Amino acid sequence: MKFDTPATTNPIDQLKVIGKPLDRIDGRFKTTGTARYSYERHDVVPNPAYGHVLGAAIAKGRIKSFDLAAAKSAPGVLAIVTADNAGALDKGKNNTAKLLGGPEIEHYHQAIAVVVAESFEQARAAAQLIRVDYQDDGGSFDLRAGMADAKPAKVLGGPADSAVGDFATAFAAAPVQLEQMYSTPDESHAMMEPHATTAVWDGDRLTLWTSNQMIAWGVGEVAKTLKMPKENVRLVSEYIGGGFGSKLFVRTDAILAALGARAAGRPVKLTLQRALVFNNTTHRPATVQRIRIGADKDGKITAIGHESWSGDLPGGKPDGAVSQTRQLYAGANRMTATRLAVLDLPEGNAMRAPGEASGMMALEIAVDEIAEKLAMDPIEFRILNDTQVVPDNAKEASKESQTVGSASKSELPFSQRQLVQCFQTGRDRFGWAKRNPKPGEVRDGRWLVGLGVAAAFRNNQLTKSAARVRLEQDGRIVVETDMTDIGTGSYTIIAQTAAEMMGVPIDKVVVLLGDSAFPVSAGSGGQWGGNNSTAGVYAACIKLREMIAQKLGVNSAEAAFTDGEVRTGARGVALADAARDGALSAEDGIEYGDLDKKYQQSTFGAHFVEVGVDAATAEIRVRRMLAVCAAGRILNPKTARSQVIGAMTMGVGAALMEELVVDKRRGFFVNHDLAGYEVPVHGDIPHQEVVFLDETDPMSSPMKAKGIAELGICGVAAAVANAVYNATGVRVRDYPVTLDKLIDKLPAVG
Amino acid sequence: MPTFGDLKLSRRDMLMGTAATLALGNAPNTASAQDAGVSGGAVALAAGTPSLAKVSFTVNGAAHDLNLDTRTTLLDALREHLHLTGSKKGCDQGQCGACTVIVEGRRIASCLSLAVMHQGDAITTIEGLGTPDNMHPMQAAFVKHDGYQCGYCTPGQICSAVAMLDEIKAGMPSHVTADLEATPQLTNAELRERMSGNICRCGAYSNIAEAITEVAGSPA
Amino acid sequence: MKPFSFERPNTPAEAAAAAARVDGAKFVAGGTNLLDLMKLQIETPTHLIDVNRLGLDKIEASSDGGLRIGALVRNSDLAADQRVRRDYAVLSRALLAGANGQLRNQSTTAGNLLQRTRCPYFYDTNQPCNKRLPGSGCSALHGFSRQLGIVGTSDACIATHPSDMAVAMRLLDATVQTVNGAGAERRIAIADFHRLPGDTPQIETTLQRGELITAVTLPKPVGGKHIYRKVRDRASFAFALISVAAIVQRDGTGRVALGGVAHKPWRVEAAEAAMPRGAKAVAEQLLAEAMPTEQNAYKRPLVERTLGAVLAEAKG
Repeated sequence: MKFDTPATTNPIDQLKVIGKPLDRIDGRFKTTGTARYSYERHDVVPNPAYGHVLGAAIAKGRIKSFDLAAAKSAPGVLAIVTADNAGALDKGKNNTAKLLGGPEIEHYHQAIAVVVAESFEQARAAAQLIRVDYQDDGGSFDLRAGMADAKPAKVLGGPADSAVGDFATAFAAAPVQLEQMYSTPDESHAMMEPHATTAVWDGDRLTLWTSNQMIAWGVGEVAKTLKMPKENVRLVSEYIGGGFGSKLFVRTDAILAALGARAAGRPVKLTLQRALVFNNTTHRPATVQRIRIGADKDGKITAIGHESWSGDLPGGKPDGAVSQTRQLYAGANRMTATRLAVLDLPEGNAMRAPGEASGMMALEIAVDEIAEKLAMDPIEFRILNDTQVVPDNAKEASKESQTVGSASKSELPFSQRQLVQCFQTGRDRFGWAKRNPKPGEVRDGRWLVGLGVAAAFRNNQLTKSAARVRLEQDGRIVVETDMTDIGTGSYTIIAQTAAEMMGVPIDKVVVLLGDSAFPVSAGSGGQWGGNNSTAGVYAACIKLREMIAQKLGVNSAEAAFTDGEVRTGARGVALADAARDGALSAEDGIEYGDLDKKYQQSTFGAHFVEVGVDAATAEIRVRRMLAVCAAGRILNPKTARSQVIGAMTMGVGAALMEELVVDKRRGFFVNHDLAGYEVPVHGDIPHQEVVFLDETDPMSSPMKAKGIAELGICGVAAAVANAVYNATGVRVRDYPVTLDKLIDKLPAVG
Repeated sequence: MPTFGDLKLSRRDMLMGTAATLALGNAPNTASAQDAGVSGGAVALAAGTPSLAKVSFTVNGAAHDLNLDTRTTLLDALREHLHLTGSKKGCDQGQCGACTVIVEGRRIASCLSLAVMHQGDAITTIEGLGTPDNMHPMQAAFVKHDGYQCGYCTPGQICSAVAMLDEIKAGMPSHVTADLEATPQLTNAELRERMSGNICRCGAYSNIAEAITEVAGSPA
Repeated sequence: MKPFSFERPNTPAEAAAAAARVDGAKFVAGGTNLLDLMKLQIETPTHLIDVNRLGLDKIEASSDGGLRIGALVRNSDLAADQRVRRDYAVLSRALLAGANGQLRNQSTTAGNLLQRTRCPYFYDTNQPCNKRLPGSGCSALHGFSRQLGIVGTSDACIATHPSDMAVAMRLLDATVQTVNGAGAERRIAIADFHRLPGDTPQIETTLQRGELITAVTLPKPVGGKHIYRKVRDRASFAFALISVAAIVQRDGTGRVALGGVAHKPWRVEAAEAAMPRGAKAVAEQLLAEAMPTEQNAYKRPLVERTLGAVLAEAKG
């Protein structure tokens, strides 16, 4: 189904099932330990051998020699695979570094061997017997040192540099100016299930039960890496223990499980040990950002500039931290620039809201700062500088130039933009009026108390997505699509979509996901999964409705699918009757025209945070949180709210504790476990409130929905940092905001 | 629904798995296998030779006699030998809480405990609390309040929550208990502190707190 | 993890004898630190002696009015004991500030004292570390040291002792009781139990080979206000950046010990005379010899400010 004109009224608008806060249909399996993750497929792979991955001990250099003798002769060992005996391997187009290193080593903990043994204990012990002689070549590990030599790099969907009007002149002339440097650290996804795969060969056909967000990409990448036909690769990913971008791409667990299984002649399962997750897999790259904002005395932005530096391995990509600055606030004169340094640290890549997450961390502090210079309320400042058209449509410019966008004043409108309403709603709800704009004035016992606010912004992306829908003889509807559920609630919103479209209760819908044998979906990433995958199911359901109508001899345009019946006028026939001669199956997908070129589709929100800062120790604790979001139709308010509170929680982590610490001498992230890389625990998170503004977006899809899961993290950290400033009067511009950055600046104790 | 777990299947697999485990692998080091569980007489192992030891315990009421590599953690014994994969391995270092099970009424991190240390113990895992068709009240409350997302930390959260409520009933204090000599109450602060050993990277904390509070029968 | 044989003796004497007999033997109690280190082959015992069923899990009143805490008493039980909560509240508080509910159910009194450092370089077997591999160098000294020691450190090691409980034990003048393979018992004052790193950071305590901790005893209660204040980035389930344990009497005199600043619980009795004069005076003496790194220099003002808050709380 081609979606190229704005959606009009359709069966989804009945909202009998869609839009309801239904419990997840997979909930009773997750809560009883019966949902099976990739390492737990005893049901289909009864006797696997165990793989254990060995990571490189240096950041950059070469393996001079391996001593595998002791490992090979260790009890239970079935096979050891290294680059020496793996056969020719290619590299996936989404992988920057090789998934099996050697003899060249590209980063610390790059996989260099997998040991396969009868038991987990034997595989681990044997891997620890491998001796490796390295040539350590050193490398570049310091982003700040690499900034001078950093090169322009294209940001996703746009040029490295963009310019509108004359930024330099306007900034110089602005009566109120802000110019500041900000930094965000490397961050780890730290999802609870480490990457894990069970691999089985049947002749030259490979099946991988693997924890992966993007099944179709994964099939292609596995086939490319192993130099085999795509047709011979099957990926299954029924349950995924969190991803946040770390499982967008095929990682070493899948490739080494496959190679290990081939070498051992046995099914093999392996999971990355937690220590490898931090340096072996991808991470959100650190950034250094410069923001300049010029405003007139009334608070109108006249000039806004945002530059960002990040690093990656040779051939890698930058963090797109400037992305939102092209679209979020008005201002006639603008510039952005993105620079990429070559660093020999592990591979930087997408993590929840790549670009906006780190960009908003900086931008939304800068906005707080200039509002203060203007003696304006930060919400008033944002409302004053709202725009209903995209002020810097760098995508257009990119067609003209690969690196420097030409000045272009765009009239690209947003399909929906309720940023102002988000702030207004939140302001009342949160009690913003009680905030003392003078920092360091509010005390509650031992706590210095402050309020902070920030905008949330993240674009909505349209991607084609297909599904197969079947009416069974017993009247059940079975949906098959390779869409994944990484905790987002895909199972449930897909079931709701099919139930709404086919007029059956949700418990009559069976949803089968995450298998490359099913039609190709949008997959889970970039907050595009919910809208696109359900739109694909919608398309398949429209087709199935037509088949059913034809079978029953009614006009599909006049037929209403409701309460398990197909009704035309007063006549109603049981839906199952259409399948009395056999199940009816329809496959279709959603494909998009250019509505996303005519209208910028984005999601908006406002984050409100109250913090307490211990007056003596400078420990920071979040006391209250509210997010107000405008993100199209909310398909399931319960699961959508969970996405937002989860993102808010991750935002608190980014604000207050998360940092992969770089050892700049040896080139690795030092704190590579969950005690050293702290993420929020229960005690860090208060009750969280989420408000969804009423919105449907007819430009996005027949579902009229947009993404929500990444919107929720954008801006949270800045709202926390702004609240800390309001509490203490100390402005911290280098994340995470920790007590050591405050302690010397707080008033004396006592 | 064919897509989801099937308890009957897993029980059958469990028996197969146990037999397979006994059959596979290497000749046990006879001396240490015999010595395990009795005092004295240990003999140092030749380098690299695995040591097997017998251990018996009950899991969810069912008795198990296992002959395990002494290196096997309680978590791996449950997951790989008994095929009770509800208990999760998130870090294998006691830093995430996903492996939480209840042993002799107390919650522990099963990844930092050797199976052979549990001779005679009664162990309860998430599978023993309830089933998809007959959920424990805590499991049902997690569903109702959406106290999870990806589901990987969930069994640990639930086992921890069930045992945690018992700890409060038993009067055990916590870091945030204001008066050490008073009987602790299940306040919001108490709940969050006591559950802090169970990390949820999806960030379902606010909902988990509501689920537990509902089961405990007091307002959030 | 290297293979090991396993035995479960029935008495402390049998356990100690087994440890003396078998090269490479180690005791396992809760296992919460040892197993983690064994998985990484930082610890490589060839034989484990399970000491969980030696009958050492009781807390008893002692004849001198103090308390005798069995070596195998779980941290959660010790923290919840009514006598500890009433008379040694700082110990209860310190225990409850450590780890999480699960680990406190596993960890034991003796094992807690024997925790090894959480320095990330100690944990990464690819990196030099004098504690793990004597003579290989200290990666932390010029590396990531934000959490590490500022006082009593050496060029060889700036690791900290990670325990909260041990800080309270030091404050309470606890005594460690042991038995060795020959059946000889010994009492070690807590002040003498943990060592500073010096040139031999791999030697962390004054225990001798095969010596088994059987109990920790506390002298009779000293009264006063008991406070344990742990400072950390995360609200819970995190090791201390610093901690302050204090007992303050009505007249302002008392005791202070610090965690998170040294290779052992840090107490300087001479500094306690300054308590009535306030936090600054005490902190100056406690940290007189401090040599922080650039990354952990914040610990000095943090100690002073936290101590200030603790003393204010004791007054108020």
